[in-house]
Amino acid sequence: MKLNLASKVALCAFTVATLVFLYLPLVVVARLSFNPTKSVGWSGWSGFTLDWWRQVWEVEGPKQALLNSCKVAAVAMVLAMVLGTMAAMAMARFQFFGKSAVSFILVLPIALPGIVTGIALQNTFARTINLGLFSFRVGFGFHSLVIAHATFCVVVAYNNVLARLRRSSPNLLEASADLGAHGSQTFRYVTFPLMRSALLAGGILAFALSFDEIVVTTFTAGSGFKTLPIWILEQLSNRQNPLLPYVMATLVMVVSIPLAWLAQRLSDGGGDG
Amino acid sequence: MDQPPRLAEPSDAGGRASAPSRPLRALNRRFHGRRRLGVGSLLGLPLSWMLFVYLGSLVLLVISALYRLDPDSTKPTDEFTTDNLRTAFQLWDPKVWDIIYVFFRTVGVAVLVTVVCCLIALPVTFFISKVAWKWMRRGLVVSLLLPLWAGYLVKGYAWRAMVSPAGGRFAAAGKGDGGFLESSLGWTPGYGVVAIIVAEVYLWLPYMILPIYAGLDRLAPSLLDAAGDLGARPFRTFRSVILPLLLPSVAAGSIFTFSLTLGDYILPKIVYTEKNFMFGSVINATLGNPNQPLAAAYTLWPLLIIVMFLFAMKRAGAFENL
Repeated sequence: MKLNLASKVALCAFTVATLVFLYLPLVVVARLSFNPTKSVGWSGWSGFTLDWWRQVWEVEGPKQALLNSCKVAAVAMVLAMVLGTMAAMAMARFQFFGKSAVSFILVLPIALPGIVTGIALQNTFARTINLGLFSFRVGFGFHSLVIAHATFCVVVAYNNVLARLRRSSPNLLEASADLGAHGSQTFRYVTFPLMRSALLAGGILAFALSFDEIVVTTFTAGSGFKTLPIWILEQLSNRQNPLLPYVMATLVMVVSIPLAWLAQRLSDGGGDG
Repeated sequence: MDQPPRLAEPSDAGGRASAPSRPLRALNRRFHGRRRLGVGSLLGLPLSWMLFVYLGSLVLLVISALYRLDPDSTKPTDEFTTDNLRTAFQLWDPKVWDIIYVFFRTVGVAVLVTVVCCLIALPVTFFISKVAWKWMRRGLVVSLLLPLWAGYLVKGYAWRAMVSPAGGRFAAAGKGDGGFLESSLGWTPGYGVVAIIVAEVYLWLPYMILPIYAGLDRLAPSLLDAAGDLGARPFRTFRSVILPLLLPSVAAGSIFTFSLTLGDYILPKIVYTEKNFMFGSVINATLGNPNQPLAAAYTLWPLLIIVMFLFAMKRAGAFENL
């Protein structure tokens, strides 16, 4: 297909415009966290203050929320990595009945709207579940958030590991077996090293997904437990200082974008890409 | 680009792979050549998690729509009733039309967001994978995808600040200049439908770019050359060669843009001033009423649409491209 120069330039300009569209709002957020006037109104690039960063640091809410978010994300990440890797290994190595149904179920939590997932989990956690032999109620708090987050984070770890396993040649497993390796040795010296960086990337993405999640979180956190996104959302009704959530939002960006970049590098195969 | 990942360095194995211990050897023998045992032990835990926690919850959700609400305590009772379903689904009842109207308005927004994402993603990914210099590609794709991880609320608040009108009620104490658009361009859509659509596109665009780029990357350039040699103009090549081959990728991307927009109820809080514009807001308001059974009945609307949509997308081959 031959494109003339004009259409190439047009495509290039469109791409640049899209990049501006993607980054400009983020720059605006970062700028507002240093805004000299106490409003989300735009007052240009001049003027600079660290007052809001100091204020956020002085109140108790955001610090606690940040800590809570990190705890939930860390535990959910580990669960998601374990469950996702097991599922990915089964899907990559074996053919079995109902395989496509399994992939459907794994994808469902991120394909269904968050509000459906959220209300469904909330309903389950609030209810006393009677299994005949024993009954229990999950309730709300740290543990309910971990369960909810792990459920939709599994697919991220799963996708990353599965993609890597599919890309790697099955000959390696056969070679390992031909050389006399046991199943556990093949896992330890061939399969695991193959998927290690993809697994790590999946873990980072799962952490980021959990750290950032708000819809399912509002339904499954209960009233006593606040994560950072919940705190940021509550600031909507804070008329005293509308800039505090912008400070925390900037902090989230500063932490999560480099992490995502790292994950990208890792899942490209650990090499130079 | 897709280099095979490096295998373990020999040093990892301590020079030589150590032999497994005795119980591990026994375990190895057990699993050797047993496909079913292998599948079962690998898939058992993740699958039962998804079945119990997730599908179980969805089933309970549908059941909870059948409970009657005690109007005094506003708690669900043990009695079964079809009233909630009727309030949500009785199409011939004019009272239900309001809900249906909101629902289809939300579907309309979701479709529009999906189409706009597609219209942006197609030329951009085409430029990157077929026109731009090779050395730029990696960097361009990564920079398109990075904002994905900036955070949902970060982006919501970003657009709040972008579109905020001058003297708006969200500026502190009603004073203040307009947001970025108002101050720099002198024009802003303000808080409203346009803001919702733009912000939703902004939120979910990377989800559309990722699968389409992957699809274009797999599309052999020789196909495009062949189309050109056969006399097709670029637009014809796009319509008859690129688009059909990209359909699964577009379908994969639209699962996210459509479904995530359809269920959204937080963003309307941030960049919209009226209540109950999106269906998600209606569900949330019903839940907070509190009327849990009716809210559960309302969630069946998006649930049904999305499951139908997913099956359609599965047929289009989307699941291999997620």
